[in-house]
Amino acid sequence: MRKPRFAWLAMLAALALVAAACGDDDGGGDGTNGDDPFRIAIVAPSASNDLAFSQSIVDAVNLIAQERGNVTVQVTDGMFVVEDAAAAIRGYAEDGVDLVLAHGSQYGGSLQEIAPDFPDTAFAWGTAADTFDLPNVFSYEAASDEGGYVMGVMAAALSESGIIGVVGPIEVGDAKLYVDGFGVGVLAEDPGATVNINYIGSFSDVALASEAAQSHLAAGADILTGTAQMVVGAIGVASQNGLPWFGTQANQTSLAPDIVVASQVYHWEVVLREIIANIEGGTVGGEIYEINLANGGLVIEFNDGFDLSDDVRAKADAAIDGIKSGSISTGQ
Amino acid sequence: MSDLFTQAVFIAMVASGVRLAVPLLIASLGEMFGQRSGVLNLGVDGIMLLGAFSGYYAVLRSGSVWYGLAFGTIIGLLLGIVSAVIAVTLKAEQGISGIGVYLFGLGMSDLLFQKLVGTPVPISSFPKVQLPLLSEIPLLGGMLFRHSLVVYLAFVAVPVSMWVLNRTTFGLNIRAVGQNPESADSLGVSVARVRYATVIIGGTLAGTAGAALAIDLGIFQQNLTNAAGFIAIALVYFGAWRPLGVMAGALLYGLVNAVVLQMKTLGIIPLAWSDIAAMVPAIITILALVVVAQRFRPPAALTTPFSRGT
Amino acid sequence: MGYLVPVAAVVAALLIGAVILLRLEADPVEALGVMMRGAFGSSNALMNTAIKATPLLFVGVGITIAFRANVINIGGEGQMVSGALLATTTALVIPELPAIVVLPTVLLAGIIGGAIWGAIPGALKAYYGVNEILSTIMLNVVAVQLMNFLLRGPLIDPAEIERGTRIPQTERLIDSADLPHLLGKLHIGPLVAVLVAVGAYLLMWRTPVGYRIRAVGLSQDAARYAGIEVRRTIVLAMTLSGAMAGLAGAVLVFGSESHRMVTDGSTAGFTGSAGFNGIVAALFGGLHALWTIPASFLFGGLLVGGLAMQRAVQVPSALILALNGLVVVFVVSSDRLRRRLLARDYTGRRAAPTSTNDPPGETSPAEAEANDR
Repeated sequence: MRKPRFAWLAMLAALALVAAACGDDDGGGDGTNGDDPFRIAIVAPSASNDLAFSQSIVDAVNLIAQERGNVTVQVTDGMFVVEDAAAAIRGYAEDGVDLVLAHGSQYGGSLQEIAPDFPDTAFAWGTAADTFDLPNVFSYEAASDEGGYVMGVMAAALSESGIIGVVGPIEVGDAKLYVDGFGVGVLAEDPGATVNINYIGSFSDVALASEAAQSHLAAGADILTGTAQMVVGAIGVASQNGLPWFGTQANQTSLAPDIVVASQVYHWEVVLREIIANIEGGTVGGEIYEINLANGGLVIEFNDGFDLSDDVRAKADAAIDGIKSGSISTGQ
Repeated sequence: MSDLFTQAVFIAMVASGVRLAVPLLIASLGEMFGQRSGVLNLGVDGIMLLGAFSGYYAVLRSGSVWYGLAFGTIIGLLLGIVSAVIAVTLKAEQGISGIGVYLFGLGMSDLLFQKLVGTPVPISSFPKVQLPLLSEIPLLGGMLFRHSLVVYLAFVAVPVSMWVLNRTTFGLNIRAVGQNPESADSLGVSVARVRYATVIIGGTLAGTAGAALAIDLGIFQQNLTNAAGFIAIALVYFGAWRPLGVMAGALLYGLVNAVVLQMKTLGIIPLAWSDIAAMVPAIITILALVVVAQRFRPPAALTTPFSRGT
Repeated sequence: MGYLVPVAAVVAALLIGAVILLRLEADPVEALGVMMRGAFGSSNALMNTAIKATPLLFVGVGITIAFRANVINIGGEGQMVSGALLATTTALVIPELPAIVVLPTVLLAGIIGGAIWGAIPGALKAYYGVNEILSTIMLNVVAVQLMNFLLRGPLIDPAEIERGTRIPQTERLIDSADLPHLLGKLHIGPLVAVLVAVGAYLLMWRTPVGYRIRAVGLSQDAARYAGIEVRRTIVLAMTLSGAMAGLAGAVLVFGSESHRMVTDGSTAGFTGSAGFNGIVAALFGGLHALWTIPASFLFGGLLVGGLAMQRAVQVPSALILALNGLVVVFVVSSDRLRRRLLARDYTGRRAAPTSTNDPPGETSPAEAEANDR
């Protein structure tokens, strides 16, 4: 009874044969016809249609591709496994992609080790503000606290109970920035207001996010906001109860057309244009970029379907102008 | 701490726990039937995810939450048949084929969502039904009797399951097959047929649970269940293979989660400790199990495929 | 013909994948070709596959120990995390010493971390009758939150606090804890895993300890009658199983691209689901440590090839998961058929093993051999 396990050897052999048979039909993508397209690859942690973090970069790159033409875009999304993401980043670099976007702050540690192996490839990672002093790494971040502040001002102005609920994933990075900025904004408008913050401990548990929103209602909140992709659950609760919602990362109006007051939308194309211009000028890294309200990378998109009073709108505009001019600090 | 016990907060917290318990309860009851007959189906979460997407998609296209629930249930039934073929006829290693079904459901539900829907579009969710008289009871009314119809149905399924399991021939056969398939077989009970039936019940209810979850949330997203199917399996053990026990487990798990959430919201649990707080439901489940496990044994033939006359 | 069955099963699963690819308007021949090439088609691909297979093999070897004792350890995910956490913590506090001292120390820490996380459900089962499926699932939940807590707080890279970015990751761990590289990107992880598999094989089939574990798995009553300490053996089997998973976690950290521990908030984000896939590998290998080696390699290849296919053909990564699941279902489902055909191929010896209260899996060749003695 020893032989049966040769099943595996047979299987390996069969696979190796298939692999070998397929091995010679592809010479690789080194097009030699002069006008090579500019190749951009994105590695992102969640689904590219998440109406949140990952979608923001995919939309931006597609927009750039449309603007310029002759750009190929490749996307590897759903890379929540950091090592798989690292493999994808390395894989794209090996394939000769011109710009690899490592769209997740958790990818930085890997990128720091990978980038030096591919000195001619440009890498950009975010959200972060560190290029590791490597000549071929750009970094980009979003000043999401700025939008958070503006939203907070509006939330405080709209709230009648003076209690505002926030649903977050875990207290890190971009989510933390937004939530912290939001809290500062609320208190700036109404020092007596209460901001209840609930980090549910997960980026994916939609049901828990929904119940977290319910717990805010029970605690008296009449305005809600939240960040990361699982907040679709919380938006549903806001929608059912007719409570105003403030969105971030992407325009969330489509999720609840009646109650989304405004969304802070990331327009990464603002920094992508500069990054690509740099690459074409021969600089493949070393710069740190930020999207913010002042440079148009962050835009507060108001929902026309929500009847926002002129008074509150004016406060929001004042906050936006104040942040742009530097007269308002978001505490970061 | 006092904030936690104002009446409004307390009622909302219990109601939240009940809502969280419902998908777990439905899926868990179904899985219980399979396990009672000796089949461990680890694929529950995969079936829930496909049921969730199907239910969501049907509501999106038809506008009717009930069509959605029915469609999710039917998809669950079909996957139940597939699971039964795998586990009973092909006698596959149960735990592992289940993980295969889970991975398939996790990937396929997301793939279908991306291709058929794209970005999340909200759907209408179940209307709340206030039970006459009962919903007027102080405290209890708000906690238990102002939910959607699905919530009531889930709890009605508990006594129904008890009746089926303990008072019908089918139930007797299930228990016999799970305890001692050889002697059940010698008494003329078709082990395969009983197991087919229970695994299909399990799949169907998993599909229902998934659809109920998606429609209740009014949205679908990649990995919507967030491994709730695995918790459901654990609750079958927790409930000692009995409907009431399963219900108690689902409620406990839901309530502990709800209490932790409410305490975080009210700032009773400081932000820095939110991760630690998130462990609490799991730890309480383990501790409760230490108490429960002293008294109950699993079905003797659990995870063992049956072949006659070998 | 029996040994062609798993091949046919994989082909059948890939055929379904091909149909899905057609629906996605991708060229299935090209896609599956890329997949195979990406897994096995070049030395670079083979190295990727070996690295991906490493945690599967460690976990799988642990599973061959636990399942043989009739303990269903599905807590590999949590055990990997706890092993990685203890190993990482050790690497953060250990002074700069030569690698020859540092590396074994931190790997041992990983082993201990995983062993603790395995011993808990083992003891709960042995002494309190708590079902291990439940307790290991719950401990997975506890481990992920512990990881999030530690990486956001006590273990976080001080630079992250300084910059205010607060990415939940440690600083880059000391160089002497890096797994040495054999060739290009290939570190010693796969080699260690193979050695561990051989060691586990010897333990299980050539030592009294292994004999006791298997005896408890076959029949607790008989084992007790034979004077074996059943409870202690169950705890031991789970401890060893957890230790293997813990080592997988440590190797994942020290062999990672980033040489640090990072969390995205989920267990799978760190483990890549190796805690589950390792079980599949072990069962493909018939719960036999040596056969788990090619099984892990094959399975790792499938995962690596899937990523390569995703990159090249630009299909959603969800398809890879679905395909992964299909392959598992098909191979496991066809297992009986394979065994029946094999029994026919080798008539003259005993027929295919019958179903008893055995641990999952089948009677392996070596077990049959041991029984013959």
